[in-house]
Amino acid sequence: MMIPACRLADLPRGEAHRLDIEPPVSVFHTDDGELFAIDDTCTHQDASLADGWLEGCEVECPLHASKFDLRTGAVDAPPAKLPVRTHEVVVEDGMIYVRLSAQAPNLPPCISARLAGGPA
Amino acid sequence: MRTVAVVGASLAGLSAARSLRKRGYDGRLVLVGEEPHRPYDRPPLSKEFLAGAIGEAELALERDDEDLQAEWVLGTRATGLDRTERAIRLADGREIRADGVVIATGAAARTLPGTEGLAGVHVLRTLDDARALRDGLALGGRLVVIGGGFVGAEVAATAYALGLDVTVVEAAPTPLAGPLGPAMGGIVSALHTDHGVRLLCGVGVKGLGGERRVDAVLLEDGRTLPADIVVVGVGARPCVDWLEGSGVALDNGVKCGADGRTTLAGVVAVGDCANWYDPHTGAHRRVEHWTGALERPDSAVATLLAGGAVEPGVPRPPYFWSDQYGVRIQFAGHAAGADDVTVEEGSTGDRSFLAVYRRAGRPVAVLGMNQPRLFTRWRKQLTSAATAS
Ligand SMILES: Cc1cc2nc3c(=O)[nH]c(=O)nc-3n(C[C@H](O)[C@H](O)[C@H](O)COP(=O)(O)OP(=O)(O)OC[C@H]3O[C@@H](n4cnc5c(N)ncnc54)[C@H](O)[C@@H]3O)c2cc1C
Ligand code: FES
Repeated sequence: MMIPACRLADLPRGEAHRLDIEPPVSVFHTDDGELFAIDDTCTHQDASLADGWLEGCEVECPLHASKFDLRTGAVDAPPAKLPVRTHEVVVEDGMIYVRLSAQAPNLPPCISARLAGGPA
Repeated sequence: MRTVAVVGASLAGLSAARSLRKRGYDGRLVLVGEEPHRPYDRPPLSKEFLAGAIGEAELALERDDEDLQAEWVLGTRATGLDRTERAIRLADGREIRADGVVIATGAAARTLPGTEGLAGVHVLRTLDDARALRDGLALGGRLVVIGGGFVGAEVAATAYALGLDVTVVEAAPTPLAGPLGPAMGGIVSALHTDHGVRLLCGVGVKGLGGERRVDAVLLEDGRTLPADIVVVGVGARPCVDWLEGSGVALDNGVKCGADGRTTLAGVVAVGDCANWYDPHTGAHRRVEHWTGALERPDSAVATLLAGGAVEPGVPRPPYFWSDQYGVRIQFAGHAAGADDVTVEEGSTGDRSFLAVYRRAGRPVAVLGMNQPRLFTRWRKQLTSAATAS
């Protein structure tokens, strides 16, 4: 599925744009001008990686400092232990689109419980 | 270097061991830990774990597939460091000879003298403490938390959510004034009263009541607070007694350089036990925060492997978080040097704001409540300002 994200001109380098879909996905524009899309929610707890610290091809979770590689989704060190999904980014006519991964997401326990209808 | 011993097998010790391997050290690596457990994460002990939302498996700091090729000597205390033999002495009589030593023995919860044998009185530092406290809270009743610092405040918030009747007693006029300054300390600690948790400030504790089991907290102003369970959250002291007489200089923890180097060659200190030189402030500081225990070991290990020949990079300003009553609190920098604090965004009444601390007009610290995005931006600015100066 291709989802329109935002105009490339509206996403400066060093910034991220969150798509409010379920689960949310974020597009990162690195300082080097590359574009990446990953699941927005940290796999440790409910934190938005779009709020995190972008450096090179890595984003550091805004809460507890686990770093995710935007290219692979891999996480460097706990407290988060599972990777995030990566999604393909396509730019057409100045518009950024995200092609969603078909894999199952690694959501943190608190969110999985909520989606399953349990206590938040 | 053929053998490196890491003493203290928690966050800072594990981070040091990881850095050693990442930096290519392939010799013998021994990790010594007093607790019988593999490295686990402490922050959830006052939050999700205490609330029963996560279990022990989720506290593990190692990944399932992680193998550091290390010898783990757990459940044994180090009792001494012999500088001439270059050996770590263990409580069980063993001795580990090592060319390099990483001191990562952290800190231990302070207790109230004379209350040791009393049932229902808890501290919170270790997994065993947390198990006992969780069982205690499950009985419900009246909880008195002595000390309004971060750990005490988190226990109060968790216990409140579990349905206990909670009172927090703080000797200082304002809780958290040390780390946050009086104005913001007051705003953050007002979370207690917002939720119907009693907060008594400016009054000390004289003692505890009860024969075998605690039944009251006696205050210095003569008041008595009935209690079914008491948590003593009066801070932690660095675990460095085992280093007495070793030649490693001690002063509020292990006195060390910005890169962790101690007064003994081949010995570095990291984490909560390290009182390191901070080039920003020109003074030594001991910081009891998770992120420092995670990040700083890498430069200490670089120093150790290079025989002390590397210049440390400028560390990021200290950062910590706290979760209380569902509010995310984040802080970075040094409040102590500030002469001015302003709320830049949001409002303190909504418990969603960002405040910047300045000294002579320059930002030195930032506090956020439920503002992770703005907080990260400010934290970045603080860091680049710090690196530039
Ligand atoms: C309940 C709680 C909640 C917290 N919440 C937060 C938070 O929200 N945010 C934040 O930033 N920080 C938080 N912290 C602080 C954070 O957990 C610490 O900064 C961090 O654990 C420090 O790691 P460390 O490895 O230096 O020391 P420690 O974690 O204290 O580990 C030291 C280890 O060394 C062992 N040891 C001690 N003496 C010896 C000896 N002689 N021989 C062998 N082993 C020894 C100890 O048994 C221990 O396992 C919290 C701490 C606690 C206790
Ligand atoms: S929420 Fe991301 S590391 Fe904890």
